[in-house]
Amino acid sequence: MTDQLKLTCLHEAHLSLGAKMSPFGGFDMPIQYSGIIDEHNAVRTKVGMFDVSHMGEIFISGKDATAFVNHIFTNDVSGMPDGKILYGMMLYPDGGTVDDLLVYKEFAPDSYLLIVNAANISKDCDWIMEQVGGYEVKVDNRSDEWGEIAIQGPEAEATVCSVLGLGDAASLNFYEFCNFQIDGRRVIVSRTGYTGEDGFEVYAPVDMTRLFWDKLLEAGVKPCGLGCRDTLRFEAGLPLYGDELSAEISPIMAGLGIFCKLDKPEFIGKEAIAAQKLAGPAKKIVGIEIQDKAIPRAGYPVELPDGSQVGVVTTGYHSISLDRSLCFALVDSAYSALDTVLCIRIRKRVFEGRVIKKRFYQTKYKK
Amino acid sequence: MSTIKEGLLYSESHEWVKVEGNVAVIGVSDFAQSEMGDITYVEIPDEDECVEAGEEFGALESVKTSSELYSPVSGRVLESNKELEDKPEMINEDPYNAWIIKVEMSDPKELDALMDAEAYSAIAK
Repeated sequence: MTDQLKLTCLHEAHLSLGAKMSPFGGFDMPIQYSGIIDEHNAVRTKVGMFDVSHMGEIFISGKDATAFVNHIFTNDVSGMPDGKILYGMMLYPDGGTVDDLLVYKEFAPDSYLLIVNAANISKDCDWIMEQVGGYEVKVDNRSDEWGEIAIQGPEAEATVCSVLGLGDAASLNFYEFCNFQIDGRRVIVSRTGYTGEDGFEVYAPVDMTRLFWDKLLEAGVKPCGLGCRDTLRFEAGLPLYGDELSAEISPIMAGLGIFCKLDKPEFIGKEAIAAQKLAGPAKKIVGIEIQDKAIPRAGYPVELPDGSQVGVVTTGYHSISLDRSLCFALVDSAYSALDTVLCIRIRKRVFEGRVIKKRFYQTKYKK
Repeated sequence: MSTIKEGLLYSESHEWVKVEGNVAVIGVSDFAQSEMGDITYVEIPDEDECVEAGEEFGALESVKTSSELYSPVSGRVLESNKELEDKPEMINEDPYNAWIIKVEMSDPKELDALMDAEAYSAIAK
């Protein structure tokens, strides 16, 4: 892990704002500026912006692109209208998760854009290339050329329209995107995000991304770091690759089976997923609430009242929007039913809790 | 830039001690609170519990991390600051007034192992 950290195109901007920086996914990223609680609340009540330029952009096109994306991706891209976006995973043959990602159906035949996690860009590219075989496709990783800003919160639409002048974005529904030409260059705006709020993600060339960031900052949009990105996605019940999805955690275990289309003729991992679904997975990701202000953190043991360990916490916080101590945990499926009493060992003490639904916060997407 | 208050003693784990006769008033330094960010929970011992120098006596939780509290001195807890249970943010706002516990020291010589403000300034950065 001695590799040099990569910098996003907005790195200078973060330093000049005095952000607390920390490595994430191989990049030196801002964790917070004014404070996680302040930034979290800005997104829930007004609008905030995130540098997510670390995310990867992989373009796939060619005669067999639709069949190929359907081969490597769990969701079904056949018949997908231009401008639509689907969430899903790439899987190993054993059902373990290579990555979770968004697939954008481009406004051109047989063309797709894959948005993948920063930490997985090179792993994903290698994996995709290994699967090409006889498919006639071009795989083009352009991650270094694209910047990305997520603008999230109830005032996101007004912000994108008035501050960035991208008025057509207002007509987008959740999981749709459109293209803009600015100075002859392509800008992609999608109604997507990772916060549980309405919001947009704006992909642009790196120099234009800096310009957008400055405009948003000038207009008073609060810069938000990865700290609150995690508290926001957690409340909304969204998984983070590495915590709730991994080579060891399949989408079925994570409760994301609806994004695996078993009625497709085939995709990598389909047999394993179908078998897991039929027999039920050995372990599941659940939500747990404890009746105390102590915070269950990743790695803490989950126990039965008799003290035997049945799982481990994957993400946990004292929820900022809900003022409750909550976590996701990977537990033996026998103890995953709603209302099951499970205890969490926090330092020297044991706190009793119960299994609840993972979507802790009522999401506010524009459907 | 964090503030280091003169006239207090400091531990390497960033607790401060204000000596009032035989009693050690214990809190955490401005540096410690700024490293943690917004503090959301304070785990504190009850009155009459015993604490040992260098041993864990409680914990601070911020949104992102948790951090154990280590007692700079040994003794009996005379009072714990229950106000922090409802207002943990007091530690962020005013770390040198937001004391956590008051300990009746069993061995005041343990104070000799602590740093003064000047010595602490070398490690609080």
